[in-house]
Amino acid sequence: MICPAGNGTVAGDPVKNPAPRLDEATYERNFADINPRLTETAALAEASRCLFCYDAPCIRACPTAIDIPSFIRKIGTGNLRGSARTILEANVLGHSCARVCPVEVLCEGACVLNQEHKRPVAIGALQRVATDHVMDRGIQVLRAGRPNGRRVALIGAGPASLGCAAELARMGYACTLYERREVPGGLNTHGIAAYKMRASDGVREVDLVRSLGVDVRGGVEVGRDVTSAALWDASDAVFIGVGLGVTDSLGLPGEDLPGVVDAITFIDRLKNRPFRDVAVGRNVVVIGAGNTSVDAATQAKRLGAENVLVVYRRGPEDVSAYHYEFELAKTDGVVYVFYAQPARFVGRDGVEALECVRTETVLEGGRRQLKAIAGSEFQIPCDMAITAVGQKRHAGWLEATFPGIALDGGKVRIDAGGRTSVPKLYAGGDCVNGGKEVVNAVADGKAAARAIDADLGHPRG
Amino acid sequence: MADLTTDCAGIKSPNPFWIASGPPANTAYQVMRAFDAGWGGAVWKTIGEPIVNTSSRYGSVDLQNLRMMGLNNIELISDRPIEENLREIAEVKRRYPKHAVIASLMVESKREVWHEMVKRAEDAGADGLELNFGCPHGMSERGMGAAVGQVPEYTKLITSWVKEVARTPVLVKLTPNISDVTYMGVAAREGGADGISLINTINSIVGIDLDTLEPRPMVDGRSSHGGYCGPAVKPIALNMVSAIAKHPGIGIPISGIGGIATWQDAAEFLLLGASSLQVCTAVMHYGFRIVEDMIDGLANWMDAKGFPDLASVRGRSLGRVTDWGELNLNYKVVARIHAEKCIGCHLCYVACEDGAHQSIALAEGVKVPEVIEHKCVGCNLCMLVCPVPGCITMDEIPTGRAPQSWRAYQEALGKGIACELPGERPTH
Repeated sequence: MICPAGNGTVAGDPVKNPAPRLDEATYERNFADINPRLTETAALAEASRCLFCYDAPCIRACPTAIDIPSFIRKIGTGNLRGSARTILEANVLGHSCARVCPVEVLCEGACVLNQEHKRPVAIGALQRVATDHVMDRGIQVLRAGRPNGRRVALIGAGPASLGCAAELARMGYACTLYERREVPGGLNTHGIAAYKMRASDGVREVDLVRSLGVDVRGGVEVGRDVTSAALWDASDAVFIGVGLGVTDSLGLPGEDLPGVVDAITFIDRLKNRPFRDVAVGRNVVVIGAGNTSVDAATQAKRLGAENVLVVYRRGPEDVSAYHYEFELAKTDGVVYVFYAQPARFVGRDGVEALECVRTETVLEGGRRQLKAIAGSEFQIPCDMAITAVGQKRHAGWLEATFPGIALDGGKVRIDAGGRTSVPKLYAGGDCVNGGKEVVNAVADGKAAARAIDADLGHPRG
Repeated sequence: MADLTTDCAGIKSPNPFWIASGPPANTAYQVMRAFDAGWGGAVWKTIGEPIVNTSSRYGSVDLQNLRMMGLNNIELISDRPIEENLREIAEVKRRYPKHAVIASLMVESKREVWHEMVKRAEDAGADGLELNFGCPHGMSERGMGAAVGQVPEYTKLITSWVKEVARTPVLVKLTPNISDVTYMGVAAREGGADGISLINTINSIVGIDLDTLEPRPMVDGRSSHGGYCGPAVKPIALNMVSAIAKHPGIGIPISGIGGIATWQDAAEFLLLGASSLQVCTAVMHYGFRIVEDMIDGLANWMDAKGFPDLASVRGRSLGRVTDWGELNLNYKVVARIHAEKCIGCHLCYVACEDGAHQSIALAEGVKVPEVIEHKCVGCNLCMLVCPVPGCITMDEIPTGRAPQSWRAYQEALGKGIACELPGERPTH
């Protein structure tokens, strides 16, 4: 999400035939919390379902290894402050992870109760109870370590850098984050669907990290506003947590028509503008079938689009969005058009249709191959097309800023401790893994922080 | 269908379920509601010179989600005039002649006062009397209740006063707040009691409010010890019921009380010798309606087990309650984990490792722990903590040795007979 080298503007805006604006109450209802906070009674009831497993599978399923049975037990005993500490010490973004983690495939998916054909403990919802308690009251549960004289610069202020900086600050490191955007927080403030989490929640977490003495500087682009040389001069180590850029270009004719929008930009606007100021077409086509596509499609619908179609060149079994995300899109009335490969955007002064060609899978040499069916072109009329086919990597910026850095297909190559091929240069998060969850980015940041501490050794004189 | 008709020390009722003396049996209105719901009898809330109660009287112990796992109270006996209670007893007996109404009594420890009270209760139509020698709070400070029930001589004496004039069966209700309940059971028997009710509530402080630092239940910032009851006390009651039932010097019918909330609880009291069953806390929690399942469930269980009536259930497990010294030390069980049922919570592992005998191994990354059979002492702890029914079983391992108890071993040694020390030595 953090895009040091991106151009920030997107062709194809504004929408030619926008859907009518809704009233504020409808916007609030449409974007209301999809998983409302548990009441105190419900939280106690849910906490009591936890078996308090020893060596619990949920902990192993959590990339940040939160001691889940312990924080749940503390909720059960009314020790919410201690519960939040258990969570935030392991994952400083535990507040947002409680809302956005794909718990079905992580902790809750590993809950032993599943094996008894019982509903797993609602770990995500319980985690939210604990973190909301301290965030709402401004209770400080984390403390900075005694300054050890070491300094670390972190590029990007998304989950990876925040996770890394919080861990370092707790060990006594002085950390400075450089964020290209004015508002820090990365994916959490710019990229999560608004019905899961509002930008303000992401900002509150940045404030939590700031409260550990971390200096977060917004509107500063490394390479433009500050040189990498200056960073090296001022730091003992540098961490790259720049995430990914805007959506990859499809390379199709008409992609620059007004009304063709990149999903990342569309979602960013939703998060950081009043809903009524985010243009959406009456008839929207979303290209791609991953989790970002779901976020774009469901939110287009909630903004007032009358028809939202997701166009995907493969079939339902190939949808890469999580099952529950796919289900959510369908529940929201999003219609999927499978085996349709976009060929060009049609329109004169704005997009009017997406032309597709039908595809089929054929077995060739024992492998399934996707083939376009000749002469099967058809057009889907639309006022807006949102592209959600994977995000750009920052290869050019990385190579220019850190000469000699080893990349794999545009992703930073690291070892288990987040070490890049350049000494004292570390990396983590989406710019390394190509796009995973917030919790993975935090885990990467933590791992890098520990590697930095191990590598730098004793405090500077 | 099993016959549930009940005769406890001559007090007859259509089924063994009686409302115990307490708040649910305070008025004719409540007792008649109870009978309409299916209860077989009711022991009226203790009648005596009316008292004044405190405001705020009950305190609860909750277990996670479960409310009132234990309940305590600092409420005293009836706060209504004696004549009003007796008039209502007469009214209930007129309308429900086949149900048992037992008058619970507590008056000053004077012979003539007791005589007067007994006569009035029986004249009102009570089918039997229950002498409240058990109330642990408030009344005991005035020389009544547990102040009588904690001294065998007083128990015997007052029981004998009552028996001098009583025409109906007399039950003596015992307090558990003593060292050995059988002393009181013997005293009641010697005083002429026809039956024994037990247990009354247990002395307790249920907790402290951690915001105000006031104990509960709070009365103007303070509290007092109160009587503890509810599901939490059942094991204590079962032990005392069995002790009375087994004692050769007592031998009179028992009305079982203490944490009975379900038909299973009822069956356990019957199996340990109770003839009737008294329930209070569960009714305070859920209302009179719970008796429907208690009757239905008990009858279904008796049918399934082939027990035609309560007499065939009564005391059936008593013979299996014995002194520790009689237990066979050459009997051995070990834990078996049934891997196909294991969900991998590892509670058995940590329980055994930290709380028992280090007899379960857990290899890194392995889902199902493994019992180290030669170290397993068969303590049951792993089975008890396992959340999956049937996943851990305790299986008998034939030792090849004849049964031998500690007592038999000691006796043999005393007679100079050479014999092997029974059981197995720990290997750790």
